[in-house]
Amino acid sequence: MAEIFEKLRSYMEYPFVRYALIVGVLVSLCSSLLGVTLVLKRFSFIGDGLSHVAFGAMSVAAVAGLTNEMLIIMPVTIISAILLLRSGQNAKIKGDSAIAMLSVGSMAIGYLLMNAFSTSANVSGDVCSTLFGSTSILTLSRFDVTLCIALSVAIAAIFILFYNKIFCITFDESFSKATGIKVGAYNLLLATIIAVIIVLAMNLVGSLLVSALIVFPSLAAMRVCKSFKTVTICSALLSALCSLVGMLTALVAGTPIGSTIVAVDIIAFFVFSAIGSVFSRKSV
Amino acid sequence: MAQITCKHLTLGYESKEILSDLSFNVEKGNYLCIVGENGSGKTTLVKALLGLHRPMSGEISTGDELKFNEIGYLPQQTMVQKDFPASVEEIVLSGCRSSKFSPFYSKQQKKLAAENMVKMNIHSLRKRCYRELSGGQQQRVLLARALCATKKLLLLDEPVSGLDPLVTDEMYKLIDELNKNDKITIVMISHDIPAAIKYASHILHIGNKIFFGTAQEYAKSDFAKHFNVLREVAG
Repeated sequence: MAEIFEKLRSYMEYPFVRYALIVGVLVSLCSSLLGVTLVLKRFSFIGDGLSHVAFGAMSVAAVAGLTNEMLIIMPVTIISAILLLRSGQNAKIKGDSAIAMLSVGSMAIGYLLMNAFSTSANVSGDVCSTLFGSTSILTLSRFDVTLCIALSVAIAAIFILFYNKIFCITFDESFSKATGIKVGAYNLLLATIIAVIIVLAMNLVGSLLVSALIVFPSLAAMRVCKSFKTVTICSALLSALCSLVGMLTALVAGTPIGSTIVAVDIIAFFVFSAIGSVFSRKSV
Repeated sequence: MAQITCKHLTLGYESKEILSDLSFNVEKGNYLCIVGENGSGKTTLVKALLGLHRPMSGEISTGDELKFNEIGYLPQQTMVQKDFPASVEEIVLSGCRSSKFSPFYSKQQKKLAAENMVKMNIHSLRKRCYRELSGGQQQRVLLARALCATKKLLLLDEPVSGLDPLVTDEMYKLIDELNKNDKITIVMISHDIPAAIKYASHILHIGNKIFFGTAQEYAKSDFAKHFNVLREVAG
């Protein structure tokens, strides 16, 4: 046991490890805040679709040889998010098939571009690390970290400021519209935030595993908690804790960071389900 | 001046008309039931009254100090809501509108929510989780939320669908009390014609033929005759 702590302490001396921990905790906190709303609005799949779009955008950026890939990835993902959320209401192609088209399409195009035009010698290695986020969290630059912290704080602030309105439109869109809440505008805001979170979280767990960060903590919290406020708080704390534990485990055991975090999330989900079923049996 | 006036209203989607040339008005204190077959456009009419659906022609105007967003709305329950993890208190509070932007609910709004929970007899359930309540209790929660949004007019979209007869009866009495004691105008969509005749002051029947008049007139009209025949056969 002491060896493990010693090993962790030696890792902590590297700044990139500290950066990774800070960013990981913040990103998972934000993703689970919005995750509650996404899951309840039956939008979980949008997270998945968007992460594939982000992958496509990233390969375009890589092929174009941009130094700052965020410049392409962020706007493309935000625009796709807005299109997807809007199409849910009155499109000819229904929401779920639109997501399927967009996500598979951008995956295919992304991989095609990376293979056809890549300058790197190890294409499949590049693709794999984008999809599963194996090391990119440890290679964050100072700029990346600052950007990530700023965006996370902004997202948390927006969430707190609009918490009541977000609750209203999550619970009942038509009632909210009738009482004069600008539902369209808030959906737009949500879409933008979701896109930003997904792009941020891609560095942490890779684009294939992003939706795990959104879905698992909120579903786990919903098994146990009885009110929207406690669900939100619980899922945020749980998500941050799981990511921290996952990252530390990955460092010590030498496993890939992204999948270790998701594995911890899965364990937490089953623990919470068990607790939830024990409690509900008692109250009946 | 009536609270809601509809003149020569035509409703529909894209180029397909659902309802045409509909005229009626709702006075303060009225209890209007809107009845009609499935697909006759009841829900579309409600959306138009709430300002969520633009009529193809004709006009809807509000008067008597009522504004469009001062209507308390009780929508039909959606799948999302049935297993929603929120406490009763949170849901009722979400009905409170605020004139200026604030991230938190004010003391007044909390008081209003508490009063309406007492009125709907759900104050003791306020910490309970919405998804654990019975269908009747859930409807009372949504009714309390609608009351937070209005003091003047309630628009109810099939408030008793899916409730058992006993709870349905309670719900009707509750709505009747709101109309008689609190002087709240009621506009209700319903499938239940006997209850509509019993409680409502006015009835609007939409479909191929349109009827608008008092409940007594409706009971004597051809529209209700069909129903009377059915009742005689059954009885």
